[in-house]
Amino acid sequence: MNKKYFIPLFAFIALVGLMLFGLKNDPKVIPSPFIGQEAPEFTLPKLYKQDEMITATEMKGQVWVLNLWASWCVSCRAEHKVLSRLIEKMKVPTIGLNYKDYGTEEYTDEAISWLARYGNPYTAVAVDTNGSAGLDWGVVGVPETFVIDKKGIVRYKFTGPVFDQAVDEILVPLIDKLRKEG
Amino acid sequence: MIPEIGHFALILALSIAIVQGVFPLLGSLIGRNNWVAIAKPASFAQMFFLSVSFACLLFAFLTNDFSVKYVANNSNSQMPTIFRISALWGAHEGSLLLWALTLGGWGAAVGYFSKGIPPIMLARVLSVMGLIGVGFMLFMLLTSNPFERLLQIPAEGRQLNPLLQDIGLAIHPPMLYMGYVGLSVAFSFAIAAMIGGKLDAAWARWARPWTNIAWMFLTFGITLGSWWAYYELGWGGWWFWDPVENASLMPWIVGTALIHSLAVTEKRASFKAWTILLCILGFSLSLLGTFLVRSGVLTSVHSFASDPERGLFILIFLLVVIGSSLTLFAFRAHKFRSVGIFSLVSRESGLLVNNVILIIMTATVLLGTLYPLIIDAFGSGKISVGPPYFNYVTVPLGTLLLITMGFGFFIRWKKDQPSRILKKIWIPLTVSLVAAFVLPLILISDFNVKTTLGLFLGSWVTLGALMWVVSLGRSPFKLPLSSWGSVIAHIGMAMTVIGITLVSIYDTEKDVRLEIGQSYDLAGYNFAFTNIESLKVDNYIASRATLDVTQEGKLVNKMYPEKRDYGRDQMPMTEAGIDAGFTRDLFAALGEPLGNNAWSFRIYHKPFVRWIWLGGVLMGLGGMLAAFDKRYRRTRKVIVKQTLPSSELKNSSDQVSGATA
Repeated sequence: MNKKYFIPLFAFIALVGLMLFGLKNDPKVIPSPFIGQEAPEFTLPKLYKQDEMITATEMKGQVWVLNLWASWCVSCRAEHKVLSRLIEKMKVPTIGLNYKDYGTEEYTDEAISWLARYGNPYTAVAVDTNGSAGLDWGVVGVPETFVIDKKGIVRYKFTGPVFDQAVDEILVPLIDKLRKEG
Repeated sequence: MIPEIGHFALILALSIAIVQGVFPLLGSLIGRNNWVAIAKPASFAQMFFLSVSFACLLFAFLTNDFSVKYVANNSNSQMPTIFRISALWGAHEGSLLLWALTLGGWGAAVGYFSKGIPPIMLARVLSVMGLIGVGFMLFMLLTSNPFERLLQIPAEGRQLNPLLQDIGLAIHPPMLYMGYVGLSVAFSFAIAAMIGGKLDAAWARWARPWTNIAWMFLTFGITLGSWWAYYELGWGGWWFWDPVENASLMPWIVGTALIHSLAVTEKRASFKAWTILLCILGFSLSLLGTFLVRSGVLTSVHSFASDPERGLFILIFLLVVIGSSLTLFAFRAHKFRSVGIFSLVSRESGLLVNNVILIIMTATVLLGTLYPLIIDAFGSGKISVGPPYFNYVTVPLGTLLLITMGFGFFIRWKKDQPSRILKKIWIPLTVSLVAAFVLPLILISDFNVKTTLGLFLGSWVTLGALMWVVSLGRSPFKLPLSSWGSVIAHIGMAMTVIGITLVSIYDTEKDVRLEIGQSYDLAGYNFAFTNIESLKVDNYIASRATLDVTQEGKLVNKMYPEKRDYGRDQMPMTEAGIDAGFTRDLFAALGEPLGNNAWSFRIYHKPFVRWIWLGGVLMGLGGMLAAFDKRYRRTRKVIVKQTLPSSELKNSSDQVSGATA
């Protein structure tokens, strides 16, 4: 008997174990380290006015949303309609953080035609070509959506495309609540 | 009544599959000839009842029998017949039935074309296939019965996603399934070999044509899917690295590795345990792919959670299949001593490099596909790692792979001299280098590292294959089919690579606003918007624009991009206008009306995009040719052995190995 032939089996068992461990954990209790922290600062050029910069600080004093997206991201397309509805309904200022998309060699200006095609609900789009701002915000993948309160504290993070139910049951009440805060 | 017959036939098929899965295998172990003999007729009977079951469901679709829940959910009477048929496999339950039918078909085919295979081996192969069938049919009958009736019969059925109402997609899933399920044959051969503890050249010769055919179907299926995405989704892309595509790509890559590793196993008695492992891996990925796509895990985590029974069954089935085969591998693989030795410079080494690269590719694609799922499992929602990741990892790996491919044909088995190889390759190497640097300069007076790399790799692989045929110095018609197959498949790969390179670098795209009478210039073509009309067709209303495309004043073609409204709160669909050509595609998609007879258009010029799919077709053809090599149909010697008692039957496979070509 040769031990090396057990490697595939053990690898498989380890993978399954990992999955089971992951499923057993209640996902909802894993907190994001960014919740309750000050929103990470960024200074990024605007999509349509490259010479103008947008920063996190200038959003202070109001409840606002940061939505991370990219034209290459399939789930973003699915999310876009729902997100637009949220923005429309709540009139909440929303920064679209265009992640590793506009200005990259592969995607050049696809972000612009993407918005032209699906509509542009954003207050402003910040261009994060090399992904450094995304890094500061602890991004695991695209899309992600953050809600920031008047004091500039990150209060909520939604990973993945927001869906109708999440908008109605989580985001809308949360934004209402945050607006009432001092 | 008819649906009940279908349901009953499915239950019968399951019962037969149980018999087929248990008795021949058991009989082969305890030496009962009559149990062994059950395998073949059982595989035919299983196929028969699955066909009956499938036909009954088809009948329900064709007659708009909305009392059947599955029909009511996935079809309506407004749909054209062809799409009522394809609606059968448009959703979970029906596609499972198609899967089971395909498995039954492969089983019956193995049973039918098995004259050269000793009965013991055949019995074990068919038993394993029977057991897989048991799993699938149980899954269907316990959790996803397509024949379930509704108490309240609706007057009309629900609508099928209009995206799926397309001929390309009607034949795409069956093709892919043929490929997915086809890999179960190689898998079953692997399990049978492990049970018998013997793996020789004869075994490889039995497994090879089946693997080739399965791979061919996968190739065609993927090609078709990519082509469909291109013309139907309306954004001119041909590959999106989305999980569904990756699910079909992974078994394909492993299948490619398997085809090459099987060659070593047959010709040089090496890579034996590795080949077995690839058989297991290929089929495991097929299963994973089917389930990922079909269970809805990928499209929506919520649908998965809403039916925990289904999810649990899937998980357990995957665990049982993969876990048990890997356990068997752990305990039996040491029996497959690889006897062929080879030196560093040899065809074996080349194929080893090929296999290592392909497996790394599979692993990276798997990681990129599952990573979002794992994140999802941790409850953090759905994310996409995105094409940048996949492009970043596959391009360097692919480059290495193609460089190796070019050498492949020239290297000798066992041991070769670098100087001898050098003498053979310098012509194709020089020619392809020259072509790669000079062609872009002459034709478009441009130098781009990526273009040059792509052209070099493509022509290097092509010339490598062609020069090898020439250098053999015999009539190409005397070349065995399997050699032709690999030459053609390699050239196909090269074509696809060239197509991908050129279209990725040189395609141009523009969003424009045009009023009737206005025109736009792109890549030397003039697109004039001459007309827009409204049409009512079968089950949708279309706005159809007419674009006159001219080049230097001469009319090239008229294009008719459409926007289709399928009513019933369905998303409108884009039907692109495409002028296809060997060296370029012109592609126009109709956008939104902007008022004043103005519409938005998206216009593309896509050089060499067709090469991507032509290459795919060539690869598939190559796989098919290789499968029909007459070497695989040699049956002498074995037939004589069939009359021997079972104890000797077990050994008959060794005796055949003497006849290795």
